[in-house]
Amino acid sequence: MAPTRTAESRPRYHFKPWNVGRWVLWTLFALLLIFAPHIWSTGFALTMLSQMGIAIIACLAYNILLGQGGMLSFGHAVYSGLGAFLAIHTLNMVGAGKLALPVSLVPLAGAVGGLFFAALLGYVTTKKAGTTFAMITLGIGELVWSMSLMIPEFFGGEGGIAANRVVGQPFLGITFGPQIHVYYLIAVYCFVCTALMFALTRTPLGRMLNAVRDNPERVEFVGYDTQRVRYIAFMISGLFSGVAGGLAAINFELVTAEVVGAGRSGAYLLFVFLGGATFFFGPIIGAVLMVVALVLLSELTQAWLLYLGLVFVFMVMYAPGGIASLIMMNLRVAAFGKLRPLLGSYIALAGTAFTILVGAGAMIEMVYHLQLNEALGPELRFMGATLNARGLDSWFGAVFVLTVGVAMFELTRRQFALQWGQTQEDIEREIKRREAAI
Amino acid sequence: MDQLLINVLNGISAGLLLFMLSSGLTLIFSMMGVLNFAHASFYMVGAYFAYSLTRVVGFWPALVLAPVLVGLLGALFERTALRRVHKFGHVPELLITFGLSFVILELVKLIWGLSSMPFAPPELLQGPAFTVMQSDAHGLGLAWGAAPADRCASAAGAVMHCSTFPATRFFMMVVALVMLVSVWLMLTRTRIGLVIQAALTHPEAVEALGHNVPRVFMLVFGSGCALAGLAGVIGGMTFVTEPSMATIVGTIIFVVVVVGGMGSLAGAFVASILIGLLQTLPLTVDRSLLDLVQNLGWTIPPGNMLYSLMKITLAQAAPILPYLLLVLILIFRPKGLLGTREG
Repeated sequence: MAPTRTAESRPRYHFKPWNVGRWVLWTLFALLLIFAPHIWSTGFALTMLSQMGIAIIACLAYNILLGQGGMLSFGHAVYSGLGAFLAIHTLNMVGAGKLALPVSLVPLAGAVGGLFFAALLGYVTTKKAGTTFAMITLGIGELVWSMSLMIPEFFGGEGGIAANRVVGQPFLGITFGPQIHVYYLIAVYCFVCTALMFALTRTPLGRMLNAVRDNPERVEFVGYDTQRVRYIAFMISGLFSGVAGGLAAINFELVTAEVVGAGRSGAYLLFVFLGGATFFFGPIIGAVLMVVALVLLSELTQAWLLYLGLVFVFMVMYAPGGIASLIMMNLRVAAFGKLRPLLGSYIALAGTAFTILVGAGAMIEMVYHLQLNEALGPELRFMGATLNARGLDSWFGAVFVLTVGVAMFELTRRQFALQWGQTQEDIEREIKRREAAI
Repeated sequence: MDQLLINVLNGISAGLLLFMLSSGLTLIFSMMGVLNFAHASFYMVGAYFAYSLTRVVGFWPALVLAPVLVGLLGALFERTALRRVHKFGHVPELLITFGLSFVILELVKLIWGLSSMPFAPPELLQGPAFTVMQSDAHGLGLAWGAAPADRCASAAGAVMHCSTFPATRFFMMVVALVMLVSVWLMLTRTRIGLVIQAALTHPEAVEALGHNVPRVFMLVFGSGCALAGLAGVIGGMTFVTEPSMATIVGTIIFVVVVVGGMGSLAGAFVASILIGLLQTLPLTVDRSLLDLVQNLGWTIPPGNMLYSLMKITLAQAAPILPYLLLVLILIFRPKGLLGTREG
């Protein structure tokens, strides 16, 4: 019989190695936040970077619910939006001299607002989980949105509430007048909030939240109140959303009722999922994509929401872990040194997918052109070519490109699926072999 | 009195339209555990299909064809997309229908444009269905169609009030009731209905008896979408056919399903009527809490924070009443009015 281990027989010195990879990653993240405005130094890039910083906080806060708690919320803009309103009112009070608060702490007023409303409304929403939770958040979101139109004193009606962020005494010459000051404020908040939210995933509360997501019945058996765990997580998420809202209020100096609307909530959900809800860093990718899509893609094409919706549907069907999971899967393959044979397939897949995109895109753009820009004549520019939306040749060309693309893609996909399965099997075997060797 | 009667009827007809939507939603939910976020989108597609078909084949054939087409689309979606994510769990199922609602909205904008469509009801349904007449002398009276002008004229000594009820609304009520009865008959009296009911609770046992449960699911999803499409034809004709029509009813039907109790068809019916009335009746009351308080003899100065909240009239607050009901139900009866499931 093996000797039972008692407390005395445990080694007295416990050596815990530094997680070098983690330190490297966080340092890189901090360096990126510091040097990003020097790499992309135009004014436009700076506005986008500021918005990305805000979006990163908002998406990570949303992911506390979606990724870590398994709670699908359709109304999360309520908390970032109400936080933004509270922050802008605070800013106005500071401006009027009624409140002595440095501007750099105004986002904390947003945090208080987000926390307060999450505590108030979350009490109702977190009574349920799963599908019912999703529907209730949708209803609460709609409730707040309708209220925002009814109380113009707080929400500012159609025009919203404006403020001036250059108020109070400048501290070390920081006035928050230039955008670069605001960017660094956002960067500091972004880094601190990201670190705090990551730390949350390592606490017992964070682990219980994952347990509530995976197996609520068992959590109840262990003696935890699932509703309470959800409620606390909901409030923490509301707190960080409020920080994001407060930063947005300072950044734009204007808050309109749109920030509590269903469109914003939907965007959080969409991009957090696209980024990848199952990994901590997924929402960061999602946030960057969100700003890029909202700012750049919407300039590029009028049909961008359609493309976005289609990408989302295919993502749910074929890669439910989002972009983050795709990256992690390929990192695993690379770690076993098997990425090189797959590269050829990737290039083929990308090429054929691009062909489909060209064909389908040409058709969608032609229909949009007919629908919206009829007055400008039937001709439109698409990827450097001139298409005639009324001409048979353009349509025939688009259909032809699309059909060829779909056929080629399907062929490559089948080939790739075989190859991918083979690679995964090899990796599994390799893992077993290594385990046996120990 | 006559106006109140018409208002109640308006509320009930709005509620019945909501029930046409929420019944399909509930059927799909209780059967497959899938909350079809795109249900209101199928409603919208039904309206647009009917509008386009009406110009080709006329209204009455379109009334049948449009829901069938919408049902086929729904079945196709179930077969190609929803079935694939079924194994990932309920959240991805909800997400894919959420994505679908995006895609459908954009496609509708792409095909039919951003402006509203001139989808008018056919000759038969234009004008009033009946007129309620009230006079001081004779009490309430009722006449089919528009009442003759001489009967609505105020005679000497007796003041006449005539209120009309639109034929489209009447048609909406009739179709909803016919649909309700036929769905109930189909579920309880036919063989396929029994299979559906059995598959609700014991899918494995039904499968073991040799029934193709995935195909039953596809059928249910398709029929639910077809019901939404039928509601869309009538809703689009009565109200406005435009790209925002899905979002207008979309959130309300979810409220209906939660208030009635998840997965309870009878609960959905009660909640639909309740919310239909709740949306319609307060619109005529132009009084606020402030008036009530002032009648009680208190005054609130205009600068007070409460003042801006209390000066909202009931008519202005009508859009949020269903959501307030939702919150109250969740606090006091979390399983819904007639629901049985907790959690």
